[in-house]
Formats: sequence, C-alpha cells, structure tokens
Amino acid sequence: MGYVPVKGGSEAIKNAGRLVDSLRSAHSMDVSQIQGRLRLSVDQVMGEGGLYAPELAALAIKQSDGDLVAASFLIRAYRSTLPRIGYSETSDTTDMFVLRRISSAFKDIPGGQILGPSIDYTERLLDFEERGVTDDCDADDDADQEFGSEKSDIPKFKKVSDLLRDNGLLEDVSADNETSDDASNEPYDITRESIRFPAPRSARLQTLARGETGAMLALAYSSLRGYGSVHPTIAELRVGHVQLRIKHPYTGNNVCIGDVPVTECEGILSGVGATEITADNRFSLGYGLVFGQNEKKAISMSILDGTMGVSEPKTPAEDPEFVLYHIDGIDAMGFVEHLKLPHYVTFQSSLDRIRAVQGAGTGEVSDD
Amino acid sequence: MTELSTLAGTDSEAVEGYNFAFLDEFTKRELRRKILKAVAIPGYQVPFGSREMPLAKGWGTGGIQVTLSIIGKSDVLKVIDQGSDESVNAVNIRNLVSRMTGVKTTSDTSRATIIQTRHRIPEEPLTKDQILVFQVPFPEPLRTIEPSEQVTRRMHAEQDYSGMWLHLYEDIVKHGKITIGARYPCMVNGRHLMDPSPIPRWDVPRLHKSPVLHLFCAGREKRIYAIPPHTLVEPLEFEDYRFETEDFCGKVCERCGSSDTFLDEIIDDATGNPRYLCSDTSFCEKRQRGEDV
Repeated sequence: MGYVPVKGGSEAIKNAGRLVDSLRSAHSMDVSQIQGRLRLSVDQVMGEGGLYAPELAALAIKQSDGDLVAASFLIRAYRSTLPRIGYSETSDTTDMFVLRRISSAFKDIPGGQILGPSIDYTERLLDFEERGVTDDCDADDDADQEFGSEKSDIPKFKKVSDLLRDNGLLEDVSADNETSDDASNEPYDITRESIRFPAPRSARLQTLARGETGAMLALAYSSLRGYGSVHPTIAELRVGHVQLRIKHPYTGNNVCIGDVPVTECEGILSGVGATEITADNRFSLGYGLVFGQNEKKAISMSILDGTMGVSEPKTPAEDPEFVLYHIDGIDAMGFVEHLKLPHYVTFQSSLDRIRAVQGAGTGEVSDD
Repeated sequence: MTELSTLAGTDSEAVEGYNFAFLDEFTKRELRRKILKAVAIPGYQVPFGSREMPLAKGWGTGGIQVTLSIIGKSDVLKVIDQGSDESVNAVNIRNLVSRMTGVKTTSDTSRATIIQTRHRIPEEPLTKDQILVFQVPFPEPLRTIEPSEQVTRRMHAEQDYSGMWLHLYEDIVKHGKITIGARYPCMVNGRHLMDPSPIPRWDVPRLHKSPVLHLFCAGREKRIYAIPPHTLVEPLEFEDYRFETEDFCGKVCERCGSSDTFLDEIIDDATGNPRYLCSDTSFCEKRQRGEDV
C-alpha cells in the first residue's frame, strides 16, 4: 500500500505550524516597532479589518508575517467576538483636525493647500544608505512635541465641496440618502445584516470602507482607463483626526469618546471628455473615507462610489453587485485559497460525468 | 473508542477569555432566529449577518457559525471533510469547536448529535435525534445561469426555474447527458430550487424524506437554508433523461470490501492503476471491524 489518504491530519497541522515558527525565530520583531514604523500597513489593516485598534493591527501584522490581507482577517475574526453596543453620532469632517489637505480642482483654496506627511513629491530611488541603519527616534519625539504644542492654533477648514455646494454646482444628496436608506436614520449595518440589492448608499459606503485596497484600486483604475466614464477631479483629499461622539446612555448628552485618524476624499465626477451631469444640471460627488492614511484607497472609494451611482451601468465598476461582492479581501482570499482543500469527492463526481459523456460519444460504455 | 478531543490534545474546558462557543449571545440569537425561518420555509435562502470567523472564508465559516449557535454542553460533535474525520480542515474545525465549547467530539457517526460536513453525507443512516450541518460554498443554484443576486432572488420569488431546465436541456443536446457532477440542483418541498452543497449525486437521494434536520450555511455568501425532516427533495430530471448517481458498478472498497458506498479513486503509486477506498472513513473502519452498520 503506497498511499495513505489524508490520515494523521492533526500531526501534520502541528508540524506545519512548527515549521513556520522556525522561520519566524530567525528574526525577532517588536509589535511596537510595527505600530510605530509601519504605520501605513497598520492603517490598511485597521481599515480592511474594520476595527480601529492600532496595537492589535500591529500584532496581527506580526502574526501574519507581514501578509496584510491575512492580518486584516485576524482583526475581523477578533471583531466577531465583540458585541455591538451602539452607533456613534454623525461626525462632521469639517471639524477634522487636519494634517494634510490638497485640492486638485482649484489652485488656491480658502485656508490653503497643506501637504502634511506625504512622499508624493519625492523621487522613488532606493536609499542604499538606509541599509543596516537603525532609525534615530529622538528627532521624531522632538518634532512630535513641537507639533503638539501648536495644536490649539490649527484652524478648521471649510470644505471645498461646501464652496461648490454654496454656488449651486453640486447635487444635493441628503434627500437621496434618506429615501434610499430605511425610513429611520440608522445606517444599514453590513456587519449585522447581509447586503441586499439594490443596496442603500450607506451599505455601499461601508462595504467600500472595509474593501481590500488592491482590489478597489484595480476596479477604480478600470473605470478611469476606459471601462467606464467616471474620472473624478479631487475637490479635496484630507487626512486628519475626527472626533467620535456617542449619546450618553443616561444623560442623553453627546460625549466625545476619542478621535480616529482618517483619510477623506471628495471627488467631483466631472469626467474627462464625458462629464457626468445630474438631472438638475449639477456635478455629483463621489465620497471616500477610510481609517488612517490610505490615500489610494480613499480616492478609489470615491471613484467607485461614483461609478456605482451611474444611472445606466455598463461596465464592471458600475455594477454594484460586481464591485461590492468582489472587493472584500477576506472573502476573496479565503475562497481562492480554499482551493487548496481536498476536492476528492467533487472531483470524483466530475470524473464520473466526463467518463459517462466520453462513453456516450463512443458507445463504449452502456447505460447501466 | 478514543475521543478525538483527547487525541487533539484539547481539554474539556472552553478557552478563557472567549464566550462559550466563541460567538457572543446576540449573534447566536440572530442565527437561531434565521435557522427557524429557514426551517419554516424549506429550501429558501435566508440572508443573515455572517460574522468573520477564526477560519478562512470558504473553509466552512457558514457551517461553523451554525454549529456554534446550536451547540450545547451535552452535544457530541463529529466533523467530516469529504467523508473523512482526519482531513486537515475537519481536524481544524473540530479543534476550534472543541476549544471554544469543551464539548465531546467523536468520529462515530451514530454517537454524534451534531455532524458538520463538507461535501458528504455519512453512509450510516442518521436518526431524528441528529442534525447535519453542511458547509456551503455557493448557496444559489441559479448562479450558474445568472450572475446577479438581485435577479436570482426575483426568479425564486416567481418560481421561475425555466432557465435551469433549459440549461439541463442544452447540456443533453451538447453532451448527450446531464454533466453536473456535484452540487446537483434539487426542488425542495415542491417550491424552492436548492443547491444541496457540493455533495456528490450519490448523496442527493438520501436527503429525500430523511428523518434528519439538515442545515445549510454559506458564510461568505451570508445565507442559511434548511431541509426539515421528512421533506420532499427531488433532483431535477426529465422523463427520458433521469437523474443518475455516480457509477461504481463492479468496484469495491479494497479495505472493507463494500460495494454499496461512495468510493474515492486513488492512483496507485507503483502501478499507476486506479484503486478504490470508501470516502466515509469512519464507516469503512466500522465495516472493517465487522460492526453492524
């Protein structure tokens, strides 16, 4: 007997884990290093995992050996163990403590363009001197303190989209949102209800907010490149901190429970060549909001919010079912990787059929 | 018989820091309500707020949510993957439930009160005191002919299954046979077309008027459906082109000698010729021991 079908599974699982451990033990790494130095990875994992918890996200990145989708998955699984206590009040991002804001629609915006932390304008050259260098943290600490002391002086910024709205150039979506969502003002909660189609905008935005960065980037790009007509101009991209408030269960007052760093993108769906103009001769707006600093995802989200609002969908990025069912990294990764599981039984069924068909064709096998 | 939980090195107490059966009680209540609805409308896919589990999507997250929401401390759990208790995924799921609940596990079909399965129904006849929980990759039988969920839900509402009949007809025209391997579409209770999960056609007739409660759950697609005991389950077929199970005529399991079970085909290392073994390993072992099954 040369072959023993999948026996000793328990032992094999243990040994597979042991091998991974041996690969890990070669280099030690501190969770705080990941949280501090790989901040964009941490932000991406919190966004796709749907849980704001920087330390846990860093732990997840460590535990998944740097695979960010796998790390987001760890966060999502942990999230399932937490009861849903309530919903926050609506946060107005006009009140954001802004670290960065840019507009590509206007050269000069009230309050000015603020580049903030960004590597957009640097040359993409590998810095060989960085090899073997341990970062000096002291300088950063000083900068933080200096920055902290100025906090109170930083003003709020009126949003570029509000300027457009004041001038009657943007469609009014507030009425739209109320009719498409349930009569109550509670948002659709995709973590508690399975998404149904046609999906209200709150469900679409939530699904996008947890979507996998790469998948959203690809679909958004497809629309820009030619499979769609949405090609937004960024009214404003801002990165900063937003306060979260909840209604106090006893006093009924709004209480601030902390703030979260977010990236927000508002794209005017002006199009290139083909401008999307609403029925009342206004521009429409695509909206993106994600945890932390993840600009490519926030922009992609605003594009996809726009594409899914197109009145006559023609391309994949314009089909809400296509977009919303396929951008979830945890769903996609799990299902694609499940192909590694045994399929002996189902394949046996397929073998039976192809042999039957072949037999039917040549007359070699009778119908018994 | 040795408890598999002992073999796996897990103790009988649930893990500290987690609720009994992992999920919080609100989630369990929601799932139980959705299960009741599914039982009330046999074959109808009930949407539910599927949670992320500590198990990858597509690896049984639906099945495990149902199992964890219905399991109690006195239950005895069996988990099989493609018929085997020892397949890596079955081991993994069994360990997880066992760690999170402390319940007893078994590979003995007749001793289990809950059996979670991927792609098989145990060969041994089941009883009214057992619940069979299926892991489902594609809950929608109409997905092969219609990609949109919005459209397929309407087709079910209108009982519009003409597209599926046409699909089968075209299959016969092209190939002379219905070529669906596993996941054979069935009418449940004469009303809803249902995907029985990728069980082989061999297992489909065993769903018909079975005394067992069958619960199906797709975690990634967020749907629960059920076949309550004694429900009509009829595979789609034409009068002149009948539903056919897999043909194992003249083949026997080389371990237990059974000629009445679903067999796995194995390519012999040395000769390259096919050999046959029971897919249901627990059943096969019982037969080898000469137990009455």
